Amino acid sequence: MYLLSGKNITCGYSSVDILSDCNIGVKRGQIASIVGPNGAGKSTAMKAIFGLLDIRKGQIFLDGEDITNLRPQERVLKGMGFVPQTNNIFPSLSVQENLEMGAFIQAKNCEDMLNYIYELFPILKDKRHQQAGELSGGQRQQVAVGRALMTNPKVLMLDEPSAGVSPIVMEGIFKKIKEIANQGTAILMVEQNAKQALAISDLGFVLNQGRNLFTDTGKSLLDNKEVRQAFLGG
Amino acid sequence: MDFLNGITLIANYIIIPGLTYGSQLALGALGITIIYTVLRFSNFAHGEFMSFGAMSSILLTWLFSGLGVKLGMFPTAILVLPIAILITIFYCLIIDKFVFKFYRQQKSKSVITLIVSIGVMFFSGGLIRFIIGPGDKNFFDGERFILKAKTFKAFTGLNEGLAVKTTQGITIILTILLVFLLFWFLNKTKTGKSMRAYSDNQELALLSGINPEKVVLITWIITGTLACVAGTLYGLDKSYKPFTYLHLVLPIFAAAIVGGVGNPVGAIIGGFVIAFSELFITFAYKKIFYYLLPYEIVPSGLLQILSTDYKIAVSFIILVLVLLIKPTGIYKGKVI
Repeated sequence: MYLLSGKNITCGYSSVDILSDCNIGVKRGQIASIVGPNGAGKSTAMKAIFGLLDIRKGQIFLDGEDITNLRPQERVLKGMGFVPQTNNIFPSLSVQENLEMGAFIQAKNCEDMLNYIYELFPILKDKRHQQAGELSGGQRQQVAVGRALMTNPKVLMLDEPSAGVSPIVMEGIFKKIKEIANQGTAILMVEQNAKQALAISDLGFVLNQGRNLFTDTGKSLLDNKEVRQAFLGG
Repeated sequence: MDFLNGITLIANYIIIPGLTYGSQLALGALGITIIYTVLRFSNFAHGEFMSFGAMSSILLTWLFSGLGVKLGMFPTAILVLPIAILITIFYCLIIDKFVFKFYRQQKSKSVITLIVSIGVMFFSGGLIRFIIGPGDKNFFDGERFILKAKTFKAFTGLNEGLAVKTTQGITIILTILLVFLLFWFLNKTKTGKSMRAYSDNQELALLSGINPEKVVLITWIITGTLACVAGTLYGLDKSYKPFTYLHLVLPIFAAAIVGGVGNPVGAIIGGFVIAFSELFITFAYKKIFYYLLPYEIVPSGLLQILSTDYKIAVSFIILVLVLLIKPTGIYKGKVI
């Protein structure tokens, strides 16, 4: 039983279908990755599931509830968090203000979450009064993830969390993702670095041309010869 | 003694008027900056919004004076200012609802909205002349000076007097108060932070659940308040004439750009830079040199760099120089 799932999603921009009959999901407390070549519709799938893109066919479920017709803000209230690939921070706001904005729609005090995030990303605590736009790429990514975590979501969606950062920083980010998942937050992510992503994933979805090509555990996808040759470079 | 006389002269003719005029420009430039960063267009109608605010104050002053309500030594305009602010905010919101909102929903380029704002400027200018007429209106009442030149001379025994007009004192104090309030609001309150977040990254603000309609509403409330206060203070200080507010748009924009486009601190600094440059360049220095130099070597001319008729050109020159040498302004602003 999936915590968050998209069933038979068909959607796209203008009249062209980018995704057709696509199934994607993540279980409670697990990590799921969507991988595939450029133009496979990975980011489109994320946008469709978060409600940033209207879908033509199919349904989105969160915790058994049909959320297909909810606006993104309403999905945030239901317990979803989303980190876009680019422009995912408020550059002129301080780190702490960025995090506070993440909890904007919550009426309750965000003090506990703030402490949890500073524990998770100690560097952010040191730089909490600095403008987020002045941080390095990896630190910005931490701010972006932290912002999305502020509502204490059941499921966190990450669009290319390792885009534009060095391999060492990327390793650190994956480690943090694993840590977040261990705390009970399910993670659904799109990754260009398929090998590293599948290595930490419980479930992997290989998309090609907007269709599900393979769906299996991360480990067996890594072992699958066909997948390795076609998408992981041998 | 001569040195002190020279200092007093500068204080009386440059420092105090400069602080006053600079405050008025700073408030105007702040209004433009807020609109620019949040709604993302250059609002050329801001001068007329200031004029509208001043007009509201005048009409209310007449009404209240007619009823016999006064504020002692302070001008009645200060008493009615809160009501005038509400009227100005209401006018801004009406204009937004019927004009700017359409272009916002169309996601028009900021240059198109800029041209629309010029249309709003002419419309507002016409409306104001229609209501109050194009002539000069002096609506100052109450005590004229906080510190009279005569009192100062008697107290210090100097030849030169230092006078502080009531309007000058009120302008400076109200500006400090308003700027303090604005920065407190933007940096400390949740709503203020959400406004800055919206101006930083609209998409992400939407994802975070920030309501854009509310941000727009608050932006106009702030702009209306700043415009009304700035317009009323300028009118009190220099007497009200609709025409002058059309001219005021230039130094205000110069201030916003010199300080760094889209940076509120820059707008304030820019306001004072423009104000002091205008005064320093058009001031006749002859008298000061009489005090500071031996009588024989002081030249016979007025020692004025530019005649006051060219006052408005000063802001133009500074604007062009800044754009050529340091286009980002004093504080690094952001260009959308």
